[in-house]
Amino acid sequence: MEKLKLIIAPFPHIRDSDTTQRIMFTVLAALLPPVIAALYFYGWEAVRVLLLAAASAVVTEAAFQRIRRRPITIFDGSALVTGLLMGLILPANLPSWMVVLGSVVAIVFGKQVFGGLGNNPFNPALVGRAFLTTSFAVPMTTWIRPIDGITAATPLEIGANAVSTYELFFGNIPGSLGETSALAVLIGGIFLFYRGVLDFRMPLGFLATTAVMVTLFGQDPVFHLLAGSVLFAAVYMATDMVTTPVTPSGRWVFGIGAGFILVIIRLWGSLPEGVTYALLLMNGATPLINRWTQRRVFGRGVNTGA
Amino acid sequence: MKQSFPGGIWLPSLKQTTAETPVQPITAPERVVLPLIHASGNAVSAIVKKGESVSMGQKIGHSDGPSTAHVHASLSGTVERIEPWPQVTGLRGLSVIIQSDGMTRRVDSPTGGTSDPIQLSSAAIRATLLESGLLGMGGAGFPTAAKLGGLAKEPAQCLIINGSECEPYLTADERVMQDYPDDVILGIKLLAKASGAERVVLAIEDSKKEAASIMHRHRGSDRIEIVLLPSKYPQGSEKQLVKALTGREVPSNQLPHQIGILVHNVSTAWAAARVVRTGFPPLERIVTVTGPGIKQPGNYLVPIGTQLSDLIDAAGGFAGSPGKVVVGGPMMGIAQADLRAPVTQFVNGVLLLPEEQSSYPEPIACIKCARCVDVCPVFLLPMRLEAYAMNKRWDDAAMFGAEDCIECGCCTYICPSKRHLLHWIRIAKERIATTPDDAD
Repeated sequence: MEKLKLIIAPFPHIRDSDTTQRIMFTVLAALLPPVIAALYFYGWEAVRVLLLAAASAVVTEAAFQRIRRRPITIFDGSALVTGLLMGLILPANLPSWMVVLGSVVAIVFGKQVFGGLGNNPFNPALVGRAFLTTSFAVPMTTWIRPIDGITAATPLEIGANAVSTYELFFGNIPGSLGETSALAVLIGGIFLFYRGVLDFRMPLGFLATTAVMVTLFGQDPVFHLLAGSVLFAAVYMATDMVTTPVTPSGRWVFGIGAGFILVIIRLWGSLPEGVTYALLLMNGATPLINRWTQRRVFGRGVNTGA
Repeated sequence: MKQSFPGGIWLPSLKQTTAETPVQPITAPERVVLPLIHASGNAVSAIVKKGESVSMGQKIGHSDGPSTAHVHASLSGTVERIEPWPQVTGLRGLSVIIQSDGMTRRVDSPTGGTSDPIQLSSAAIRATLLESGLLGMGGAGFPTAAKLGGLAKEPAQCLIINGSECEPYLTADERVMQDYPDDVILGIKLLAKASGAERVVLAIEDSKKEAASIMHRHRGSDRIEIVLLPSKYPQGSEKQLVKALTGREVPSNQLPHQIGILVHNVSTAWAAARVVRTGFPPLERIVTVTGPGIKQPGNYLVPIGTQLSDLIDAAGGFAGSPGKVVVGGPMMGIAQADLRAPVTQFVNGVLLLPEEQSSYPEPIACIKCARCVDVCPVFLLPMRLEAYAMNKRWDDAAMFGAEDCIECGCCTYICPSKRHLLHWIRIAKERIATTPDDAD
């Protein structure tokens, strides 16, 4: 037999067909329902904010990697996800330069300074939002009503009796672009779950804790789940793989902890909404949660039984 | 809910090409290579010399301990040389190379054989198995007699016959149950008698319906429990199998027989029956030769010591441009560099992948999706172990249980970022094992 050139590689020799890129594009696809809802309710303002946020996130990532002479990885889809998420958690009437600044901060200080994809401890879009909220408190809390664009308060600011559950569910309420329609968010969430990209523990823990706690303190749980960005964040941000625990029980801890913090901020804090900080704080706690919720290695600590 | 184990993955079966065709013998090769080195790393000493004439079944390597087994000539001919030779493990090992004389001259049966094997005493069965040099045919190559002899308590609580064959592509065990049902059942009974096991279980994946029903028809009495298990990988892994069938967890630094549970492969049972029945050592085994890279995929009855190149020729040769030649299955098999390596008793399959299916994916950043954590059957954090290994943090890797990795490959398989998780974990394991405890 003539000398063959055989390929040598460590096992396994077969791989699953799913890729990280496909996961990112699945998330993008799952963002379509809230994007469509945002376009429907806010029209051109939504187009402006979403396009600017998404485009500046991708451009920032490419520029940063170019400056650092690192491989440019914008085609993995992750910067686009961050940019679109960023846009969806902003008010429809935010000035353009603030939108761009939010995306730049999200990508640079939320993601790239830690080494890029997979290495960021905090959800980049939430870092961008936290930055904008503390820097530009007034524009970040000036909301307009869907359709007619008149300045208005969010349901969380004015209380449970001012809006109907029906409107909360379908989305005819003032708020960030992506959070208005609970229905759109649910469709996206079901799609993510169906595609195996969403771990139900974090959103379920988050929402259930929120509902139980507000009920204990005499408030309407349905209102608290549908108003504000808790549902949007539960589906699209509490499920961010990079910044949440990897252990199954750790994921419950994450969701439940975020729910606790959220209710504390909503009921007793000076902010009407607390999703951003609830999730960022739990992001920060994730390494510890991973450590504390490690499973017992199979075969360790068992009696020999002999 | 069927009995199973936590973690693992549902792999594509890829078994269809060879599952339907009965076992066929190959023509005896001109030359066989019989390694004196064993899976334990220990070697036996040659008791033949270069130029000596040998008969089929003649002992050529003598073992003097439980970590090795006797080695026998698988064809008649002349000892051409005794020298280090490429092995399927990727290492070289001292081997006896025998040139065939074209005859099938046999030694007189070393133990005589018996027409009524089931009447033999437990001790007699063990003695025959020990003398035969039979190794576990499932893949690890542990001497069969040593497993019996190493039982922590006797009689064994449970004898598990592993017919799970969870690796994709491989069908040798499935075919042995279908084509040699009487020898398989006899082998199970002999191993049951030799171990005195209270419970005897034949575990088969539920995808092998035909094999299971044939086993049902031939088992004779319900002394042999036949359990169908979900076709989830790595169902055939010893400790996962023990967990699924008995609910017991084998302690991390021990083997099942050390807690009184014997696990033998179904092909080992088949070989044990032939050994005891005929008195001859195992001279051949069934090997699945499969994959898109081979012209005539099938299950072949192959003389022990047949070189991979001869086996590939016997199966019609390469289809397309050769890429990988993997000994074992696609999950845990070893890609071969040198096709002069021989088929040993524990080679259950040869998988040929053409060049276009042999690419080594380029990894990208880990996104902590935790799919590797979800599938790990021993509850490790593969992505964390990988990071420790890449940063040479061996102590941290040890603290997070790297040594308990069973190398099933589920983590690498499932990783969407195509990271080589198991590769790095194995490096860490190697480092941890070879570093003295007191080193810094």
